[in-house]
Amino acid sequence: MNGGTTERIESGKGVDAPREEAAVPPTSKILSWVTTVDHKRVGIMYILTAVFFLVVGGCEALLIRIQLAVPENDFISPAFFNQMFTMHGTTMVFLVGMPVLIGFANYFVPLQIGAKDVAFPRLNAMSFWMLPFGGFLLYYSFMTSTAPDAGWFSYAPLSTKPYSSLGGIDYWILALLVLGIGSVAGAINMAVTVLSMRAPGMSLQRVPLFTWMAFITALLTILALPALNSALAMLFIDRWLDAAFFEPARGGSALLWQHFFWIFGHPEVYILVLPAFGMISEVIPVFSRKPIYGYSFVAGSTVVIFLLSYGVWAHHMFAVGLGMFADIFFAIGTLLIALPTGVKVFNWTATMWGGSIRLTVSMLFAIAFLVEFVLGGLTGVMFAAVPIDWQLTDTYFVVGHFHYVLIGGTVFGLFAATFYWFPKMTGRMLSEGLGKLQFVLWVLGFNLTFMLHHFLGLMGMPRRVYTYSDEPGWALLNGLSSLGAVFMALGTLVFVWNLWVSKRKGKVAGDNPWGGFTLEWATTSPPPVENFTSLPEIKSRRPVWDRDHPDLADWKSAKTPEDGGWRPFKGKVAMGAFVASEAVFFILLLVSFVVFNSGDRGGLDGPSPLDVPRTALFTVILLGSSVTFWFAERALRGGDQKGFLRWLLITVVMGLVFLGGQAIEYAGLIRSGVTINSNLFASTFFTVTGFHGFHVFAGIVALMILYFLGRKGELKQKRANIFSAAGIYWHFVDVVWIFVFAIIYLRVLQ
Amino acid sequence: MVWLAESASSVVPVFDPASPFAEAIYSLFLKVLAISAVIFLIVVGLITVAVFRFRDKTGGNGDVPRQDFGSHKQEIFWLLGPVIIVVWLAAISAKLVFTVNAVPQAHPDAGEEPDEEIEVRGHQWFWEVKYPGHGIVSANEVHLPVGKKIRIKLTSEDVIHSFWVPQLSRKMDAIPGRDNYFWIGASKPGVYQGRCTEFCGMVHAWMNFKVYAYEEAEWEAWVEAHSKKPELPTEGVALAGQKFFETATCIDCHKIAGVGGTTMIAPDLTHFASRGEIGGGVFVNNRENLEKWLIDPQKWKPGCKMPNFKFDPEELQQVVAFLETLK
Repeated sequence: MNGGTTERIESGKGVDAPREEAAVPPTSKILSWVTTVDHKRVGIMYILTAVFFLVVGGCEALLIRIQLAVPENDFISPAFFNQMFTMHGTTMVFLVGMPVLIGFANYFVPLQIGAKDVAFPRLNAMSFWMLPFGGFLLYYSFMTSTAPDAGWFSYAPLSTKPYSSLGGIDYWILALLVLGIGSVAGAINMAVTVLSMRAPGMSLQRVPLFTWMAFITALLTILALPALNSALAMLFIDRWLDAAFFEPARGGSALLWQHFFWIFGHPEVYILVLPAFGMISEVIPVFSRKPIYGYSFVAGSTVVIFLLSYGVWAHHMFAVGLGMFADIFFAIGTLLIALPTGVKVFNWTATMWGGSIRLTVSMLFAIAFLVEFVLGGLTGVMFAAVPIDWQLTDTYFVVGHFHYVLIGGTVFGLFAATFYWFPKMTGRMLSEGLGKLQFVLWVLGFNLTFMLHHFLGLMGMPRRVYTYSDEPGWALLNGLSSLGAVFMALGTLVFVWNLWVSKRKGKVAGDNPWGGFTLEWATTSPPPVENFTSLPEIKSRRPVWDRDHPDLADWKSAKTPEDGGWRPFKGKVAMGAFVASEAVFFILLLVSFVVFNSGDRGGLDGPSPLDVPRTALFTVILLGSSVTFWFAERALRGGDQKGFLRWLLITVVMGLVFLGGQAIEYAGLIRSGVTINSNLFASTFFTVTGFHGFHVFAGIVALMILYFLGRKGELKQKRANIFSAAGIYWHFVDVVWIFVFAIIYLRVLQ
Repeated sequence: MVWLAESASSVVPVFDPASPFAEAIYSLFLKVLAISAVIFLIVVGLITVAVFRFRDKTGGNGDVPRQDFGSHKQEIFWLLGPVIIVVWLAAISAKLVFTVNAVPQAHPDAGEEPDEEIEVRGHQWFWEVKYPGHGIVSANEVHLPVGKKIRIKLTSEDVIHSFWVPQLSRKMDAIPGRDNYFWIGASKPGVYQGRCTEFCGMVHAWMNFKVYAYEEAEWEAWVEAHSKKPELPTEGVALAGQKFFETATCIDCHKIAGVGGTTMIAPDLTHFASRGEIGGGVFVNNRENLEKWLIDPQKWKPGCKMPNFKFDPEELQQVVAFLETLK
């Protein structure tokens, strides 16, 4: 134990997380939910919103399956069909998959690490409210002209104005940006919670695997979403400001969108599946009455997946003709992912081996997950063998493949988790009888629907066709596939009924109905607002097991690294994570500048219209503001409040001078006829510098707030950490400008 | 061409390759399928045995099982198999990418000369097919000689499409602003189904095409017949139809060699009467279907660029008669 103890105790007590509920008695039940910042209630709202959209997205899927049940059907028009599969994909990924997993993490991560709440409860509530607003924005498109209809990955140029002139795509872009803000904010919160809020004794090597997977998922979200945001920003600029990033006729690239989208899109797959891995890693050990086999391999392999997931995006693009070296590079990366994934399957199986297996509904779903996920994984390996991908990509085979991963894997994992954790969340057990009925309906329906998709793919059926001519076998397989969807729909009704009935009349659960191992089972069901009245001693990965089996306690036989007790300052970790996210955004924008302005792409014909020496002067001023910021910080830490305020004011003024310089530059360019739609040089220039300028502006606003807080005496020496956190952002903005200046003005890398 | 009628497309084309390229992919696929099946059976077998052997029949009151935390040695031992499989898979797929059907080797700069070159251009929603060596332009049909190495130069007019004939070659995306090259061929004569597999807008579903593979003599006859302009009608209803075609707006979008037209907004109709299908697979090409199509194209292919022209019955008969002469 060392000097970090004070901070640890502080975060353990959660003094900086005031609770509205405690302070103001809620006037109504609904209002108390709307205004809540309790991570458990926020978690439940995430889950219920996701269930609502699950029903919506499920209905869209049913319409798709009805249309495809028979050949040359005219049940729905092609225009509507295209909207349906676009909305189905977008809904399931952004409004169901991500929120439901974030919801479970919200509820259970603080409980599993013995914390009172997440790191930033108010930010958590804001992240949640982005979800219904984003969802509303997306679905509002139906009221305008058309819903988005270019597929969930909206390939350019189909998604650009000439080919999608109506507003659906715009609503899609805006909704995804709004949802992205919520996801990244939520992910930062989750990462900080895991790093800074763990109870004494809970070292990082002792966190339950669900918490670990939620942590890695948060890192993936923080670093992947900005890639999507940069692509969305460019598409929006193309659509509304007439730039030509994705318009080949004006020098743009039809492929750049695919690269940017899949740099986001492939990590996104793991964002959707890692939390389910975590759930399975909780359920299988508990219902086998054994610890997870090879904890460090399961946890470590997740880190490997995290790292590899950023290097495999182009396996979605084997058919675009990238060239054989690129194809093989991405094929090898993709095949390598099979290894850490295989490690997990081995460990889950080995956990069951030699155990004492209880076939509860939760465990049944976990076992079905294992089998189906292995199938989805093996077809994934087939796609990694490039020539097989050349045959099967964009057919129903790939539709079968990713539904095996995302339904057979993620959704089955979610069902396992729901049956496992519902008692903790409500205090009542779900009905096992209804659960088994649901299980049978889902296993039958799911495998019927999606197994047949593989055969349809082999038979040549492309994905996303609104109808098909009566080829031999197609009608039969499509009809049976649609029938399977009916079973899944019935199973879902049984599930919703089970939730409804059990919440009211289910068997009372007690604190630990399953004999669970981890801290969430050490409190009441449902837990009190502050989560725990007292925590058991944390000396291993299974504190509740240790408490209940003192003779067989884990720490006696399996040593885990002791907790040093140090927890990093929340604000700094959060700002570091935010800056990492923003860095990815700027890196991709700068990549687009380099792509469009080097070689024969020739974003610019003629000399650069930029005044490099003048901008160099403003660059010096901006970089100087980092130095003055540092002086301000030193003064604050030294207790020199006046000096602090003086240096901070100088920093703000220098930032404003830089923005003024940028305004003069813009005005000059626009006067000489260089605007964002002139050519690709101008498009990329205004996009990169414009977003940077916006970040400087946001930084100035933040610094001015801190300045006035300092003047009022609310920001003083002992809260200097907050100022340092703001400093991380300000220095980051300056560092970005160094790269912008080098690449755009000095033409490095071109 | 009697065999055209009787040679139905294969039911499972991926498993019925008819070119060296598709054959090579098929044999790789079989190997991967076999190894996948083995892995699947092992995993499912282990899970099944575990569930039956270690099922708790005591209702949770039995002895606590041995608390096994795992062993690094075992993990690494069990990882060996998958590592070997992954290396082997990477090797055999890389070998195939390098040797059999790689893009650069089909590229003009790669130095390997094709026996024939065909240019294909994707449009919303039809395929424009050109034979630059023979001056032939066609749509939604690719004709080629059997046993030859044919290079396709693929691009797109508008959005991204994807050209796929599972029995004959790999799938390749047609991308605006970019030329993709790949090999195609057929080992035996026949008709092979092709489709667009990249979602390309409203009627992506009706962007099908057919590949006709001929023996040498038949191929030469086909080239001979199609490199000539069609014999135009000289009298009667068909001639009236031609006049109508030229004076109404048909010719603004469709080209017919010897008649006119300049743009490529719509399929070239030069030898329309010899085509097998109408509308990218919407109909078999016969008089009755042609009439149906002309009366209301939007009914059959919603969103396609051909509007419902509301022909009166006489005009309809004239246009149909004219188009049917374009052998």
